Amino acid sequence: MASQDITPVDSGSAKASLLNDPRIRGYIYQVVVLVVLVGLVYWVVNNTIANLQRAHLATGFGFLDGRSGFDISSHPFTQYSSDSTYIKALYVGILNTMLVAVAGIITATIIGFVIGVGRLSHNWLIRKLCTVYVEVFRNIPPLLVIFFWYSGVLAVLPQARQSIALPFNTFLNNRGFFFPVPVFGEGAWLAGAAFIIAIVGTFFIRRWAYKRQMATGQRFPILWTSLALIIGLPLLAFALKGFPVTPDWPVLGGFNIKGGSLVGPEFMSLYLALSFYTASFIAEIVRAGIRGVGKGQSEASHALGLRAGTTTRLVVVPQAMRIIIPPLTSQYLNLTKNSSLAVAVGYPDLFAVGGTILNQTGRSIEVVAIFITVYLSLSVLTSLFMNWFNAKMALVER
Amino acid sequence: MKNLVLKGVLGASALVLLASAASAGTLDDVKKKGFVQCGVNTGLAGFAAPNDKGEWSGFDVDYCRAVAAAVFGDGTKVKFTPLSAKDRLPALQSGEIDVLIRNTTWTLSRDTQGFDFPGVNYYDGQGFMINAKKLSGINSALQLSGASVCVQAGTTTELNLADYFKANKMDYNPVVFEKLEEVNAAYDAGRCDVYTTDQSGLYAIRLTLSAPDDHVVLPEIISKEPLGPVVRQGDSQWADVIRWTHYALLTAEELGITKANVEELTKSDSPEIKRVLGQEANTKLGTDLGLTNDWVVNIVKAVGNYGELFESNVGAGSKLKIARGINAQWSKGGLQYAMPIR
Repeated sequence: MASQDITPVDSGSAKASLLNDPRIRGYIYQVVVLVVLVGLVYWVVNNTIANLQRAHLATGFGFLDGRSGFDISSHPFTQYSSDSTYIKALYVGILNTMLVAVAGIITATIIGFVIGVGRLSHNWLIRKLCTVYVEVFRNIPPLLVIFFWYSGVLAVLPQARQSIALPFNTFLNNRGFFFPVPVFGEGAWLAGAAFIIAIVGTFFIRRWAYKRQMATGQRFPILWTSLALIIGLPLLAFALKGFPVTPDWPVLGGFNIKGGSLVGPEFMSLYLALSFYTASFIAEIVRAGIRGVGKGQSEASHALGLRAGTTTRLVVVPQAMRIIIPPLTSQYLNLTKNSSLAVAVGYPDLFAVGGTILNQTGRSIEVVAIFITVYLSLSVLTSLFMNWFNAKMALVER
Repeated sequence: MKNLVLKGVLGASALVLLASAASAGTLDDVKKKGFVQCGVNTGLAGFAAPNDKGEWSGFDVDYCRAVAAAVFGDGTKVKFTPLSAKDRLPALQSGEIDVLIRNTTWTLSRDTQGFDFPGVNYYDGQGFMINAKKLSGINSALQLSGASVCVQAGTTTELNLADYFKANKMDYNPVVFEKLEEVNAAYDAGRCDVYTTDQSGLYAIRLTLSAPDDHVVLPEIISKEPLGPVVRQGDSQWADVIRWTHYALLTAEELGITKANVEELTKSDSPEIKRVLGQEANTKLGTDLGLTNDWVVNIVKAVGNYGELFESNVGAGSKLKIARGINAQWSKGGLQYAMPIR
């Protein structure tokens, strides 16, 4: 009400120049910026088209249907061969980028939280070790960290024929980490269905238990029930079908270990480097978040009789999360974008595969446009998810 | 105020627009700049690598110098841009370099993607190298099923590799890097069993490994790799300069014109030598090309003839000791054949 009275009084007077009206001036600035922006975009597009025509270059995305002709070393979730199309190759690249980004984000978050809490520890040694970790990894360029892990992995691990045999029939050599995989036979779908049913069931039991505790104050052993359900139900389904699963053991072949599945040194080094590098930033964010919660909060909680663990879980962390989540989102985006450094160690991510396609087809503008679109989409998706999470964690004002 | 800002912005964008539109013939641009910007390999012994004095040297590098000598009469008026296999063609396309002389294979798709190949300065073929000490008993590429293969990204090599293993129903695990140095390091560290690239490259790379004698190049050649300079499509004058620089080097060898005797031979009575070296009366051969009439003299004075280039960089006079083979003159059973300079 009061603020509306501050609008300029000269709007009615004929003498005052229109330019002195802050509202009009604001419009003029916006129009100027818009015109410049549109002009710039028009010029860039126009110039690009002219240059392409002058260089006799074809444009369009039709080339993506062509046979790729090259192989990709790691295509974990799809079938791919040199007979597949370029678009399939890009798809493999996107999956590989997402795989390393998701795995990296999960690990970086775990390490980051542990180190961040460690920096606030009362134990001198733990506190200092965590400080050293943060200072070391935060101050090294990510590419160097990747090389450190890559040459570390390659230098330390033995050749294929001298593989280190580990428990559970797993092997480690400089070609990667080999582990047995289960090959599911007929009827295995029942176990999968049972697993999903168990998860959904757990969800409902949790809701019911929470409601009951709110109403009656009685607690329910939710953790043990969920574990029993999630592990037991699929096992039961397996048993019903007579265990239709055979393991594919890795064995030493002519050049290398055959069978089983492997995680290559390229993925390992990239994943470790991105996790450790980003974790140092996350640790600082977590420390800042916890420090940002007033001391009075935990004191009040203690005064109410809550124990230290419960205080952290129910009082400090929920408030710290409100400070932590927004900068955490930036770190997740950074990790995803840094994964394009994969090309340095030969991990076939989107950037590496796209670069090869660019080179084989000469369609630089199209491929770069795809790069931009994909990284932008991944980032926007991450942001949207984190914004949703942030809104959920935000202080509910009544 | 508004008008001022608008005018300023319009003026600036108009300037940028004009500046980018003015780029017609590469030869004129190069002459105006005062040097040739030449794209070369990041480091392939014998072809393009910095020597112990920190100067670029090698077969492809000397071709760059020959172009500079043809245009300016001075082989030093050249700047080198080291490029990875993946970056080389975009660098040429964007105008960052004037000519790409970086063991690049002439293929139909590259030729039609906005590039022109004025000639073939080295006929090569793709081969395989293995560590014979570690993999004793392997003496043919057909025994390589299941191997990990190190290869550089964005090369024809990568495509031939896929074709060869598919055609022979063998499987393999590609280990792909963008930079040559990274492929070398990974192979040297034992990350892969096999290294594949052009055979000339294998010999050059073997020299840089920690134990060169442990490694052998397998006999199979699985592809044709005609390597040569590349220019942007649609600039036939500049393509001509590159093409005839190559033919001049070959013709000089054919006629016995060497770095040592070229000065002396300008006084020769042989009509052919006189014509090639621009000593004919009222000759217009050089100027029609957009160069000076003594262009061949300048080229040979700067770098020597094709045979000299070959022997000193990759042949008997070098560590690589590659035989002339199919790169000999046509008259000696090879494929190198210069069109007549007349």
